[in-house]
Amino acid sequence: MPSRNVLSALAVLVLALAVVPMIGDKYWIKLATRMIVLGIFAMSLDLLVGYTGLVSFGHAAFFGLSGYVLHLVSPEDAAANMAWALPVCLGVTALAALVIGALSVRTKGVYFIMVTLAFAQMLFYFFHDSDLAGGSDGAYIYFKPIFALGSVVLVDLGGSAVLFYFSLVSLIVLYAGLVMVLRAPFGKVIQGIKVNEHRMQALGFNTYLYKLVSFVIAGTIAGYAGFLFASIDGFVSPELLGWQESGIALVMVILGGMGTLFGPVIGAIALLGVEELFRDRALFGFIAAHWQILMGGFVICIVLFFANGLGGLLVKIAGRQSEER
Amino acid sequence: MDWLFLLIQTLNGIQYGLLLFLIASGLTLVFGIMGIINLAHGSFYMIGAYLAFSFTQMTGNLFTAILLGIPVTLVLGYGVERVFMIHLYKRDHLHQVLLTFGLILIFNELQLMIWGGDPNGVPIPDVLSGSLPISDTLSYPVYRIFLSVVCLVLAGSMALVIRHTRVGMRVRAGAANRAMAESLGVNMRSLSAIVFSVGVTLAGVAGMLAAPVETVYPGMGEQILIISFVVVVIGGIGSIKGAFVGAVAIGLVDVYGQVYLPEIASVAVYGLMAAVLLWRPSGLFGRT
Repeated sequence: MPSRNVLSALAVLVLALAVVPMIGDKYWIKLATRMIVLGIFAMSLDLLVGYTGLVSFGHAAFFGLSGYVLHLVSPEDAAANMAWALPVCLGVTALAALVIGALSVRTKGVYFIMVTLAFAQMLFYFFHDSDLAGGSDGAYIYFKPIFALGSVVLVDLGGSAVLFYFSLVSLIVLYAGLVMVLRAPFGKVIQGIKVNEHRMQALGFNTYLYKLVSFVIAGTIAGYAGFLFASIDGFVSPELLGWQESGIALVMVILGGMGTLFGPVIGAIALLGVEELFRDRALFGFIAAHWQILMGGFVICIVLFFANGLGGLLVKIAGRQSEER
Repeated sequence: MDWLFLLIQTLNGIQYGLLLFLIASGLTLVFGIMGIINLAHGSFYMIGAYLAFSFTQMTGNLFTAILLGIPVTLVLGYGVERVFMIHLYKRDHLHQVLLTFGLILIFNELQLMIWGGDPNGVPIPDVLSGSLPISDTLSYPVYRIFLSVVCLVLAGSMALVIRHTRVGMRVRAGAANRAMAESLGVNMRSLSAIVFSVGVTLAGVAGMLAAPVETVYPGMGEQILIISFVVVVIGGIGSIKGAFVGAVAIGLVDVYGQVYLPEIASVAVYGLMAAVLLWRPSGLFGRT
């Protein structure tokens, strides 16, 4: 649980985000929604990287898979009802996380990094090469999901402001849920595994099982984020499962500060903000068309000079203020 | 003539495997000696292929292109080691992954700026452009045989250097226990620079050799990187022998898969990896 100072800083951030739909046009609402949804995605990765000590380089597999499942279950001429579409997406993602996790969690360190990467690529090529869902061109979700009881539509994610607030509330609920998970005995055990797995084994914990459960939880939340992300543009492509997406998620975790949960959300917001800057022709001229170079340099600078991330900075400042009191 | 067809596919698989070995050996050595996981390794393969493309266009000859390309990749590898890798030796794997990920973004975009996004081809040199007739209807291209022989010679000389020379002894010592080797007077910093540059050059040479048989296209680095990771994981990280066995196995599975089960070919190599990991979580020749 973060300190009161950090929580109030986060509350300010949430309020600042919440007014975006009131003052910004559709472009800004979409950008803010992407920030929040990728924030959820990065937060789920932090559960693995920052708390369980599992550096997964294939987390986008679950993010993209869920989006594809949404495409597959959505009728072409009507909106899918979230009441059943969301459980299906999450169920498939959780199952995939269980299978991939059961194999990868057996390995450690660099093996784990490479194995998760390889499994994510396997899914990438599956969707890239098969005709199941448009192959390399990607596929459309013509009608965004709705939440309906009987014939009464309660939530329609087709409205960009609705999707935005729905994502924001999801972020807050998932954050609170993960904080509770981490305070529960289960959370203490996985954090113990990160520090010293042998000691946890000696204490009698089946660490394999704990790591696997953590992997499945993280994968399922990533699937939730993927469901929302696919609803933003109503479009899925194999790139959603690609290794670049997994890498970017790791960058968000590091940039925001791993092991803080809220940090990666800040990291997602900051990274998308920086990307907007780099793509700005007025600021960077002809390089803006090749903004990936700037992004690469930015990533390298973060690793070399800023490895504690923005979240670490926030905790430090908040800590200093409470000392002064 | 079904078994002749099988023979040709086997030759193709071994040739692909040997090429993979050149790339995977650099990856596994850099990890074994320096403890660094280098995602940018595939980029050097791509750069090698594009250098072969440009130098062949300039000089009209692939062999001159390769001779010109080798010093370029050596210098590039040395530079990347001195500027970037040097900060990573005592860092977490996560930081290594991210820094080298940043390098890929830069290399990919530079490639697009210099060479553009269109796929390119490199002509096979005239001397090697023929094919060996195997039966009345089937024949095998000479260039692919040449490619396999060059890869085998390189692999053999690498084994000789590592087993029977002083530098090789230091490399083995460094891989076994870096701190111990250092305290016994091995200059690990210069050794790391050498190993990294050689690894980069091997990947570059693999790209140059592959350029005439594969398409030279922007995403080729990532594609080969991921397959090389699979090879390294199967063989056991840090093991050259493992990289060799893994590379040939993956080469054969990939080629057979494409011929006999094209629907699942791209998934088959990962299936092999999963099977090996179920059996031995540290790879075939990895230390636990």
